[in-house]
Amino acid sequence: MVSYVKKRPLSPHLQIYKPQITSVLSITHRMTGIALALGFVGIAFWLFAVILGDEYYHPFLYFFSTSIGKLALIGWTWALFYHMCNGVRHLAWDAGYGFALKTVTWSGWLVVAASLIFTLVAWWFGACCGCYSCHCPATTGVTP
Amino acid sequence: MVEFTLPRNSKVQKGKHHAAAPTATRVKTLQVYRWSPDDDQNPRVDTFQIDLDQCGPMVLDALIKIKNEIDPTLTFRRSCREGICGSCAMNIDGTNTLACLKPLDELPDTGKVYPLPHMDVVKDLVPDLTHAYAQYASIKPWLQSESPTEKGQERLQSVEDRAQLDGKWECILCFSCTTSCPSYWWSGEKYLGPAVLLQASRWISDSRDDATGERLDDLEDPFRLFRCHTIMNCTKTCPKGLNPAEAIGEIKRKMVERRT
Repeated sequence: MVSYVKKRPLSPHLQIYKPQITSVLSITHRMTGIALALGFVGIAFWLFAVILGDEYYHPFLYFFSTSIGKLALIGWTWALFYHMCNGVRHLAWDAGYGFALKTVTWSGWLVVAASLIFTLVAWWFGACCGCYSCHCPATTGVTP
Repeated sequence: MVEFTLPRNSKVQKGKHHAAAPTATRVKTLQVYRWSPDDDQNPRVDTFQIDLDQCGPMVLDALIKIKNEIDPTLTFRRSCREGICGSCAMNIDGTNTLACLKPLDELPDTGKVYPLPHMDVVKDLVPDLTHAYAQYASIKPWLQSESPTEKGQERLQSVEDRAQLDGKWECILCFSCTTSCPSYWWSGEKYLGPAVLLQASRWISDSRDDATGERLDDLEDPFRLFRCHTIMNCTKTCPKGLNPAEAIGEIKRKMVERRT
């Protein structure tokens, strides 16, 4: 008997469990949390560069002008908004609301939609109304 | 700890193929996880083609048909065939449910049948539930009362107090929820899991029970209760439509309330 117990295989888990709206949003919450933590280290360096002056700040400017840099920035803003919105969802659960399966599903999709909308709005303000570097209709005719 | 892959002895290999009779018109293919302790082989997935015109409506009917007509060595637990015994809990088409309540119609052309996830396999679709049952026993799932009753009398409960147990007593302990929970996959040796915590909350909520404080003391632990991160896979998968996540949230709130 003992030898059988030792030999017993472990049944498949992650490999076969169908991704659920519940578990996918949950792991995304954790991953955006990690991205935020790393990003804040970046922000600290960025702030140092601001203090230290031009030659330190220049590499940041260059990085943010590349498409990888822009993608990282947009990704990080989305992570921020996703983590915030889903955090509110967790707060509601901690207070005892929103456990019904239907509510869990629509609040989950709401979090996804809201995080995307907040990201778009933030970048519209940031990119079009702040830096004047692009030539989108919003900035046409405005002199920097 | 999180594991992305299976141990070497658990990796699943390709198995045998059993084709349906050429006369069959409506065919459903089932891929079924197999493992036997009697040889030194790794687990494998066998393919069975089922003639739906010669088979009952549920996945359990198909498994019984396979055992009766194709491969008598196929091993699985079943008893009531009506969703009240909890024996035939397994992973069907990627989520945990009872084979007797899952219609074959709801499966794609090729349906997958695995044992409950991240458990030791005794044989084929039979997981070892020893540890889960021991965890259930650890919450003392019985009425603990100091107050004496009048001789020959029952312990009475108001209608409202009795209603507190609704959504909790109906659990049949099939462990579909517990084995759908990633937290239980990674920390199951210490975390109690949704099924057992739902039962813990059933006894905490019972107005006749006098051990509420001790029960909460026992759960106040970073692992036993607080490994629940409200992932909600448990509620999503429960074949009885219960809400273990809500019950766990209730226990967490009671922990806070009693401190204030």
